[in-house]
Amino acid sequence: MTEQTPVLRLEGIVKTFPGVRALDGVSLTLLPGEVHALMGENGAGKSTLMKVLGGIYQPDEGQIIVDEQPVVMSGPLEAKAKGIVFIHQELSLATELSVAENIYLGELPRKRFGLVDWAQLEANTNKILKKLNVGFNAKTRVGSLSIANQQMVEIARALTVDAKAVIFDEPTASLTDAEKVVLFEVIADLQSQGVGIAYISHRMEEIFKITDRISVLRDGQYQGTVNAAETDEEGVTQMMIGRKLDLSRNESHHELGEVAIEVRGLSCGNLYHDVSFEVRRGEVVGFYGLVGAGRTEIAETLFGLRNPSAGTILMNGEEVTIQSPADAIARGISLVPEDRKGQGLVLGMNCRDNMTLPQVGDLTAGPFVSDGAEVAIFDQYRDKLDIRTPGWRQTVGNLSGGNQQKIVIGKWLSMHPNVLIVDEPTRGIDVGSKSEIHNLIRELAAQGYAVIVVSSEMPEVLHVSDRIVAMYMGRIIRTFTSEEVTEDNLIQAISGIEGGKVA
Amino acid sequence: MKSDNMSNLIKNGAIWGFIVLELIFFQVAGEFWSLSERAFMDLDNMLLLLKQSAPIGIIAVGMTVIMINGNIDLSVGAIYALCAIVMLDSMSWPFMESLGDWAIPLAWLFALLTGAVLGLINGVIVWKTGVDAFIVTLGSMLGYRGLVFMYNGENPTYHLNWTMVDIAEWDIFGVETPALVFLAVALIVWFVMTRTVHGRNAYAVGNNREAAVNAAIRVGPHMLINFVLIGFLAALSAVTFYSGSGSVNPNDGMLFELWAITAVVLGGTKLIGGAGSIVGTFGGVIAIQLLRKGLGHIGADTATVNLVIGLILIAVLFLDRQLNVKGKEELKV
Repeated sequence: MTEQTPVLRLEGIVKTFPGVRALDGVSLTLLPGEVHALMGENGAGKSTLMKVLGGIYQPDEGQIIVDEQPVVMSGPLEAKAKGIVFIHQELSLATELSVAENIYLGELPRKRFGLVDWAQLEANTNKILKKLNVGFNAKTRVGSLSIANQQMVEIARALTVDAKAVIFDEPTASLTDAEKVVLFEVIADLQSQGVGIAYISHRMEEIFKITDRISVLRDGQYQGTVNAAETDEEGVTQMMIGRKLDLSRNESHHELGEVAIEVRGLSCGNLYHDVSFEVRRGEVVGFYGLVGAGRTEIAETLFGLRNPSAGTILMNGEEVTIQSPADAIARGISLVPEDRKGQGLVLGMNCRDNMTLPQVGDLTAGPFVSDGAEVAIFDQYRDKLDIRTPGWRQTVGNLSGGNQQKIVIGKWLSMHPNVLIVDEPTRGIDVGSKSEIHNLIRELAAQGYAVIVVSSEMPEVLHVSDRIVAMYMGRIIRTFTSEEVTEDNLIQAISGIEGGKVA
Repeated sequence: MKSDNMSNLIKNGAIWGFIVLELIFFQVAGEFWSLSERAFMDLDNMLLLLKQSAPIGIIAVGMTVIMINGNIDLSVGAIYALCAIVMLDSMSWPFMESLGDWAIPLAWLFALLTGAVLGLINGVIVWKTGVDAFIVTLGSMLGYRGLVFMYNGENPTYHLNWTMVDIAEWDIFGVETPALVFLAVALIVWFVMTRTVHGRNAYAVGNNREAAVNAAIRVGPHMLINFVLIGFLAALSAVTFYSGSGSVNPNDGMLFELWAITAVVLGGTKLIGGAGSIVGTFGGVIAIQLLRKGLGHIGADTATVNLVIGLILIAVLFLDRQLNVKGKEELKV
């Protein structure tokens, strides 16, 4: 490579939030025509860095340099004017508007008097859509598209302007393999036009397939940049987590009791079809699959948040109908939800009140809530789960992710459930607490709980599960025991390839 | 896709179906219970209805834009009253009196400017402070109404100018000025919302504000323009009505904001923003006025009318919710 002028350079970016140094001297150089991967664990500072670049946050120190000119990004408008385009991970779409309007959001082609030039808009859009090879047109309402197609709309935005740099933030999270191929073609195309591409992703195989250089962040610190050709997955993982990736399988099995919950032929509209499985006491069953495979929806159905359209749920051999979370709790089913802060906790309340929330109606002394009984429950589970907090008065929002998750788990354990469902138990939790939560899950199974773990992280399902259910597009493709599962056959199963025996 | 179109059709058509239902009901019921000999569906009666729906209708058109934005404006009733006072009072200022009939357009201009400025104040506060529009306009509703009372105490403000009355009662084929203004406003704003960049951005801002920000739409100034628009329309509504009546009470325009919101919601605009249409609002305004007039026609008193409209509003929103639920797959909250 000859000396090229970088299209974009970040130098020593520092950004602090109260109590956290989110970015600590991060530098990054993006050359024209290269695909530059930005990697790091959840919370490593990738999205903060992107927000700084997009002008949503102002850096405390450091410089952003576009075309060798230091700039101050005042907001998305400025970033766009400088030729920097963001493809966001959370779908940043207006669902009531058409595909064309979304792609050109903020820069609809105009005729005189601020009128929208619909003909031009449609022609431009269809040209882009044709390149993307998608099955919808400019006039389709975005809300009626699948998540994957919505992501394609988001990607289409990269092609609307003469961009100097395009930043893709986890663009493949919800795409199928065929759509990924199209995306990679789009990226190659942009690359050949000399556009610099920053590519954020967790998926190693993609990173090595399409990127030229890889930069790694860990806990807000820049760990270095390597050429993709000169390293491998192991090397990058070590940079990311500071040690080797643990893909070990769970080997110990506890004594299994009777079947705690069994599901037969359960379906729910388009979300999942004909799902059957059983979970015994003392067993951990992992549900693994891509986003949108229907795992969370099954959990929500078991917890009474969705009505199944067909099939039966049996508990202890008896058929039951679960109409509401109250039903589920009464039958001993608990759900530790995916979105801990949004669905699992009342962030502004203290630790004790969060933990006793589902049963506070029973903890009364006369007409009043019994403080003593509440504190007793909190103390019991704080000790049992090793929750580190200065005291029960601490507001839950101030605890670390791992301790928050333990509060949620403690909340449900105090209800003495039979079946504990944990959805993404370690999302956004640091490495140390992760293994604590994993050990806790194993321990709970050992004590005779039936545990269902829904997770998108392969090391996690491998690590905690006695059996693993692989799902693809709302169907169970295969059920593995921890002895027969390998990385490869698990990935095949969740991509819809039915190898070996079908469970 | 197909079912999507279908349910959209039902949603957009519902208000018109409701209007037809009302017309048939009052026509038939009128035969039995009406005190007057005239049929309900009489051309003069319908033209009168259009004229009577103009004051709230013009405001409701602006409210639609505000609500598509995901905001709300509770101060329109107070703006309406204050602009009416400005218009009528300014006619008695010495220099205005010396202008003769040329004072009329000037008085209108004063009123419209007042409305736009009051809207501007709301918009600036919403933009610069980031406080929810509900709270901001709740405050300005009280504040502006306070100004109304400061102007002339409990007394009405009046100024009768026959030229102005003539203009207000001027008509083409029986369609009088207020109705014409209402139709024109609805048409223009409909055009803006469906055909211009500003209009389309309004949907984007209400539908997904973050997406709009990310797409470099300047959300604050965008909302500001819409607040100026609704202030202007509230003033225009006052101008069309009080040019004819010539007298304003300090309590006039109270609850107008709620009637406008009712009409907008009946017309299918979402309270959370992002979806809605001027055509729907037009239908909502007509439906409410039909109900009032129709119930009056068959001899119900005002209290009953309000009760019925309230019940229908809740029923409509319930139906809308049912139509929007995606069957059994829906997550229960």
